[in-house]
Formats: sequence, C-alpha cells, structure tokens
Amino acid sequence: MLHAVSLGLVLFGLWLMLSGYFVGLLLGLGVASVAVIVWVAHRMDVIDHEGHPIHLTVRAFLYWPWLIREIVMANIHVARVILSREMPINPSVFKTRSTQKTELGQVVYANSITLTPGTVSIEVDKDIITVHALTRETADDLRSGEMDRRVTSMEAHPDSHDPLVQTTKGPVQ
Amino acid sequence: MAVVLDIVSWGLLALGSFMLMTGGLGLIRLPDVFSRMHAAGIIDTLGASAIMAGLMFQAGLSIVTVKLGLIIIFIMFTGPTATHALARAAGQGGAAPQLDKPEKKNKKRQEEGKASSKT
Repeated sequence: MLHAVSLGLVLFGLWLMLSGYFVGLLLGLGVASVAVIVWVAHRMDVIDHEGHPIHLTVRAFLYWPWLIREIVMANIHVARVILSREMPINPSVFKTRSTQKTELGQVVYANSITLTPGTVSIEVDKDIITVHALTRETADDLRSGEMDRRVTSMEAHPDSHDPLVQTTKGPVQ
Repeated sequence: MAVVLDIVSWGLLALGSFMLMTGGLGLIRLPDVFSRMHAAGIIDTLGASAIMAGLMFQAGLSIVTVKLGLIIIFIMFTGPTATHALARAAGQGGAAPQLDKPEKKNKKRQEEGKASSKT
C-alpha cells in the first residue's frame, strides 16, 4: 500500500513537472491517469520493493555523488586514451563477484559498472558479473571492489524481518 | 551574475561537445564492438549530461530545467540497460572481443597496432 501511494505521488509529480499547467481540467486528467496506471501496475503485480524501491531513496542520494565523481574520472581517463596518438588500450574480459544480496542491488551494481566508461558488464549470472574492460586501469579500479562495497552498503536490507524482502516474487501488498 | 551564469553554461556546453566529439572519434578509432561501447559510454554519460547541465543554466529556474534534469536521469537509467543488451546480443551473436594477453601476445599486439594505425 505504501508503495502504491508513493508511486502515485511520484507519477503525479512527474505529470505536474511535464505539463506545467495548473488548471482544474488538466489536474483532474492527471489524477485520473495516475489512478489508472497505479491500478494497472497493481494488477501486473509490479508494485513492490523491487519495482519501486523507496527504501533506497536516502542511501541512493548518498551513493550518487560518489558514482558521479567516479564517472567523471573514468570519462577523463577514457577520453585521454582515445585522444592519445598510440591509443594504449588493453581490452580484457574478467569475472567479478558481486556481494549484493538482492537482485535489485545486483542490477544497481551492474548498471553502475556499465555507466562508468571503460567497463561494461556483459553478463550477470547469479553473483558473477562478466565485465569487459578497456584498459588495465579501469579493470584494476573495478577489481579493487570499492564500487561493489558501496553498492552493497547502499542496498542494505530495508527491513530484514520482512519476508517479502528475501524473495524476489512475494505476494502483492 | 548573468555573465557568470553564461560563462558556466557555455563552459559546460563546450565540455559536452568536446566529449561528444571524443566519443565519436573513439567509435571510429577503437578496434572492435566491445571496446567501441566504451566510447559510446562517454557520449552517454559526461557528453549528454554536460550539455543538459549547460542548457539548464541557460533556462534558469524554470520548469524547463526540471525537464532537462529528468532527461539526464532517464538517460542514466536507460543507457546502461541498452548497452548491456547490446553487449549480450554481440556476445550471443558470436562477436569475440579482441583481447590483450600481456604475457605472450606482445608481438601480435604490436602488429595489430601497426595494422590499425595504417587503416
């Protein structure tokens, strides 16, 4: 229920921001479409901690600044490699273990790897992520495991006494 | 104040354009599909974000700024997913990444380097 309400609020905020008109008719249409979407999402059984991870909100904002810094550094590194005359690349493919406990955490980790230029996650299999790295520096950066550690501490279980959290397909709330 | 905003804005726009061109150059220069994805990653992340941020400074505090911010967020969420799908599709389609084995392939790498610098 909490997730449904939160999803509705987020969607309505999105509607307001995208339309920019604050007149009765359009607000009413917005409320109607939000209601329909929340109802459809409820029927599709996708409103849960995974489809709408509100428990991550605060920690995500702590994680993003670090990720942005990391992305900028990696951008500079890869841009220098591309622009240098001899282009010193050492492409490698390696497997790395992800220590996240939920699938959502793994998705965040794999996406963060891909988002950082110089490393692309090719395949995710249970807790092993296959990564393609462009240079030795980017590969070593990832192997140091700091990103993995930070994502794991970010996803930390919302409320571990909640049995829904452990399973990926719990009953709808 | 307006001048400062303009300088910041144009600086970001210039940075973004530079990153887009670097990414485009990388798409041409890098040898195979997997390494070219890294160049596309530059365009996706710093290129697009810096241009959007520059435009946000141009728009000022208005609803347009919010929309530009939303564009950045959506790119950040969908970009990696698309890249991952592309990488998987390339792998399933039989594209083997060109690898670099430092211990024994040193000579071969130099030859490859020569070949690619000729093309």
